Amino acid sequence: MIWDTLKLSLLVVSIATILIGLIGTAFGFLLARRTFRGKDILDAVLTLPMILPPTVTGYYLILILGKRGLLGRPLYDLTGWSITFTWQAAVIAATVIALPLMIKSARAAIESVNVEYEVASRIMGKSEWETFLRITLPLAGRGLLAGIVLSFARAFGEFGATLMIAGNIPGKTQTMTVGIWEAMVSGEDERAKWLALILTCISVTVVYLTNRLTRSNKSN
Amino acid sequence: MFSKWFRSAFSVFLIFSTLFVCCHHEKKDREILVSAAISLKDAFNELGAIYQKETGIRVRFNLGASGLLQKQIEAGAPVDVYASAGVRQMDALQDNGLIIEETRFNFVRNNLVLIVSSRSALALDSFKDLLDPGISRLAIGNPKTVPAGQYAQQALKSMQLWHRLESRLVPAENVRQVLDYVAREEVDAGIVYASDVPVSRGKAVIAVSAPGDSHDPILYPIAVIRGAGSPADARKFIDLVLSSSGQKVMEKYGFLSLR
Repeated sequence: MIWDTLKLSLLVVSIATILIGLIGTAFGFLLARRTFRGKDILDAVLTLPMILPPTVTGYYLILILGKRGLLGRPLYDLTGWSITFTWQAAVIAATVIALPLMIKSARAAIESVNVEYEVASRIMGKSEWETFLRITLPLAGRGLLAGIVLSFARAFGEFGATLMIAGNIPGKTQTMTVGIWEAMVSGEDERAKWLALILTCISVTVVYLTNRLTRSNKSN
Repeated sequence: MFSKWFRSAFSVFLIFSTLFVCCHHEKKDREILVSAAISLKDAFNELGAIYQKETGIRVRFNLGASGLLQKQIEAGAPVDVYASAGVRQMDALQDNGLIIEETRFNFVRNNLVLIVSSRSALALDSFKDLLDPGISRLAIGNPKTVPAGQYAQQALKSMQLWHRLESRLVPAENVRQVLDYVAREEVDAGIVYASDVPVSRGKAVIAVSAPGDSHDPILYPIAVIRGAGSPADARKFIDLVLSSSGQKVMEKYGFLSLR
């Protein structure tokens, strides 16, 4: 049982972290380097999951993605599949909740890159995309990595929104944090302790290793 | 240049497609999903095993607070059976036409009890003994949000104790927290459901039960959700819960049979 929960959490958090890294960097770039109408509103909306209690974000998600939801209904009519109570729902919950952390970090990291390098690259005939990959991305790398680590930690600890949209089905959608909550509420202190210990060890290890990795990169 | 762009786009596509391919490859075993109040967990796990053995149909449980489960069903979650710890949540679903009305039954009753720590030296023989100056803190569920707290408030009011005890009350966010406060001796006594006491594994003990007429009957309703994948299989689970062997299991975990 503990193994099922752990496996699911690792799967969910890995996919969520990849999605967050890609989407967060894209939005961070957009907010750092582009001016367009409604930019401040977009920024505010993207920050929302950080401000709202996760249960409320989860409630929004279920209203939008549920079988009777704004996007959920057409998806269900089209495919006969609904996201509620699937592990994919846990991925979406973790992604949405942790995304603001990545966007903020990515925006700050990209803003800190000297624009002149990018201009020089374009003058030398490199495309926007190549400039981004070869100049902006490496120079903003450490900041982006920090954002990814933060988002990983947040996604791993996600509880409220996950419980709302993915439910708490042991062996199917029960993640570590939801498992800890259930064990605590139903008096299984041993199980709660073990799950909490595993969760703590994994988080500390990942954050510690990334910190070391980035530091050795810097000293080289 | 193009190939690089293509590679990145392709990997993004790959991630999304795995997400969606995986979902369509889920095994289509015959199974039902029961959304149940978390206080029913141990009893329902045992009933689930019996159901599985008798019918060969797999039962999965989705456990949470009754109000949260209600919200999930309202949003179209694929639930077959809903078992609530409160009549109000079931009424809300019924008003919205989300349950099959003929399948709705109250399946157990619960008692409200006064508990103390197993290490406590207090001798509480009746709720009136709570007025003893030795009792400085009494934990109950927050009456604004926790059903058990609403019943506790009702019981204390009907025994004319509410106003005299109000200053000593410690509101908790769920029944488990009341149990925990009592077990850790952070409070002198607490009010919970009889079925919650076994959860503390002996750390909290029942001092006295609340008189049955001091509060509304505490009933647990169950029903098949409209649009359930297989209403017949769902109905079979409810039949098991209502059967005499099912009721025995419920009694084993501190609930009172309605049969």
